[in-house]
Amino acid sequence: MTHTGSVKNASRHASLGLSDEKAVLMYETMQLARKFDERGQLLQRAGKVNFHISGITQEPSQVAMAFAMDLEKDWFLPYYRDYAFVLSVGMTVKELMLSIFAKGEDPNSAGRQMPGHFGSKRLRIVTGSSPVTTQVPHAVGFALAAKMRGEQSVSIVSFGEGSSNQGDFHEGCNFAGVMKLPVIFVCQNNGYAISVPFSKQSAGRIADRAIGYGFPGIRVDGNDPLEVYRVFREAHERALAGEGPTLIEIMTYRVTPHSTSDNDLVYRTKEEVDHFKALDAIPAFRQYLTDLGLWSDEQEQELQARIRKEIDEATQYGENAPFQSIEDAFRYVYAENTAEGKEQ
Amino acid sequence: MPVMEYIEAIRTAMKDEMERDSRVFVMGEDVGLKGGVFGTTKGLQQQFGELRSLDTPLAESAIAGVAIGAAMAGMRPIAEMQYSDFMFPATNQIISEAAKIRYRSNNDWDCPVVIRAPIGGGIFGGLYHSQCPESVFFGTPGLKIVAPSTAYDAKGLLLSAIRDPDPVLFFENKKCYRLISDEVPEGDYTVPIGKSKVMREGDDITVIGYSMPLHFAMQAAEELSREEGIEAHILDLRTIQPLDREGILEAVSRTGKVLIVHEDNKTGGVGAEVAAIISEELLYDLDAPIRRLCGPDVPAMPINPPGEKHYLLNKDKLKAAMLDLARF
Repeated sequence: MTHTGSVKNASRHASLGLSDEKAVLMYETMQLARKFDERGQLLQRAGKVNFHISGITQEPSQVAMAFAMDLEKDWFLPYYRDYAFVLSVGMTVKELMLSIFAKGEDPNSAGRQMPGHFGSKRLRIVTGSSPVTTQVPHAVGFALAAKMRGEQSVSIVSFGEGSSNQGDFHEGCNFAGVMKLPVIFVCQNNGYAISVPFSKQSAGRIADRAIGYGFPGIRVDGNDPLEVYRVFREAHERALAGEGPTLIEIMTYRVTPHSTSDNDLVYRTKEEVDHFKALDAIPAFRQYLTDLGLWSDEQEQELQARIRKEIDEATQYGENAPFQSIEDAFRYVYAENTAEGKEQ
Repeated sequence: MPVMEYIEAIRTAMKDEMERDSRVFVMGEDVGLKGGVFGTTKGLQQQFGELRSLDTPLAESAIAGVAIGAAMAGMRPIAEMQYSDFMFPATNQIISEAAKIRYRSNNDWDCPVVIRAPIGGGIFGGLYHSQCPESVFFGTPGLKIVAPSTAYDAKGLLLSAIRDPDPVLFFENKKCYRLISDEVPEGDYTVPIGKSKVMREGDDITVIGYSMPLHFAMQAAEELSREEGIEAHILDLRTIQPLDREGILEAVSRTGKVLIVHEDNKTGGVGAEVAAIISEELLYDLDAPIRRLCGPDVPAMPINPPGEKHYLLNKDKLKAAMLDLARF
């Protein structure tokens, strides 16, 4: 925060230690994720890609949680709707496009996995799979490794509220609680596990489960990104201070169908969806920045043009890029150089 | 060369490797202060501290899953399943995660984890302390699976497993722990994963197997040699994934008659794949149909002594099957 001596010092982001530049970057990243996501849906509808799974309306909280992390030292274990999260920690739209087109240059899996199955060692994003919640014990393992090596590193792991019913959620939380490991467990509660509403997933609050594991559980409004950021900063500080894990339940809403293979109006009404669409936090965040004089219509136009260009170029690149060659398609079942790792 | 119990060979491999490499640690139920329910990790916590001989909560999926995470983070974890019967809750972590991490990330990530699990019966453990679960994991690409029968191989294979860049399931036979002793070199040596070993040479019949039943085959072979002049050629697979095709074919070619043995039940077991390899490559060189002698196709062995005895292989069952094959 570089402002001196004016009312601006009282802004919410400044009081959280976020510079104006960071606050603006958060907004731009939310928009980038939104536009990428919308393009992904269009590409599927146009028959250009086979599948898309959306994170629309969850972007503001995903960006906020990423901005609370240390990109040099922390470990990231996102789930399949975390486009805004992975964009915030360094993945590019071009890389995401390569993934949805399933092309060989896709850094996540060389086009082997479905979109939304992130992984990039370079960006400290840990490879993920489709059976939900398996990543939770992995995050605990990363935190255990950090503790053993004396590293100042936190692992953060996302999952949905449906996934929170898996045994791996309980086993991972319990393990991390016993050992006071530096993990942030993030339940992105968007109200639906495909067609099943939260009321049929749990009779309680996910955040309250933390009591049983001996660490704090916090429920936060996903449409208030600055509050999300605050909560994650605190959890991050607790983790680094050796005070152990935190469970954070982000209350959000999935305005899209589960995926492009789902018809959501079979199990919910348009009115319900419209109600939550109106609560979208991206316009609200834009208004917040505008009120502070940090954002203007001109900047918005410039941003939209820039994003449009980036996504257009990435789409074209992804579409034209080659698939992984058949020669390479079945490689890397095992290490190919058997000496690898032996004396590392 | 010192003679060592099988269980001590396993412990020595862990101890030596933990001394050599600070990334190596062992985790599981009761592995710390108590040193394991069988005593396999005895003394490790006293020497290496609580973190490196880590008593975990009683939750197998977390034991495997946390170890997998630590392995991806660059550590070299050894996760112990107290009994292989209890590793099924960890199956999703092993098959969906460990086995696929390198492949699904196009070699960006790897998972050098070892999962140790005691297999086999004969200790009055009943249904759930006696099973051989190899066939559940066998055939899952991305996993390596070893199952030593001797103390020498137990140490050498465990050292190879810990240093291997990919996930290795290490199935140790709990009946072998204190029953089997043999010469084990001090210090560092490895037994290569994927290589079988000829335990005994002979020209009349070939026996192929892994783990405890091979000791019955060895005893039976000595008696058959003495009493009948029948010489058995015995091959220890040592690694059951990947199978040593060359070693198998060479051992079968030597005699043209083969008996495959394992304690895991017959249907869908490792022996079925071994038999398939032989019939793909050597069918017309055989002098007798391929035989298998395995655990019966029942869910698991009973705890009552006659039931357990009836379930398990022993020297006499091996001898009868080997004699029958020799006379074919």
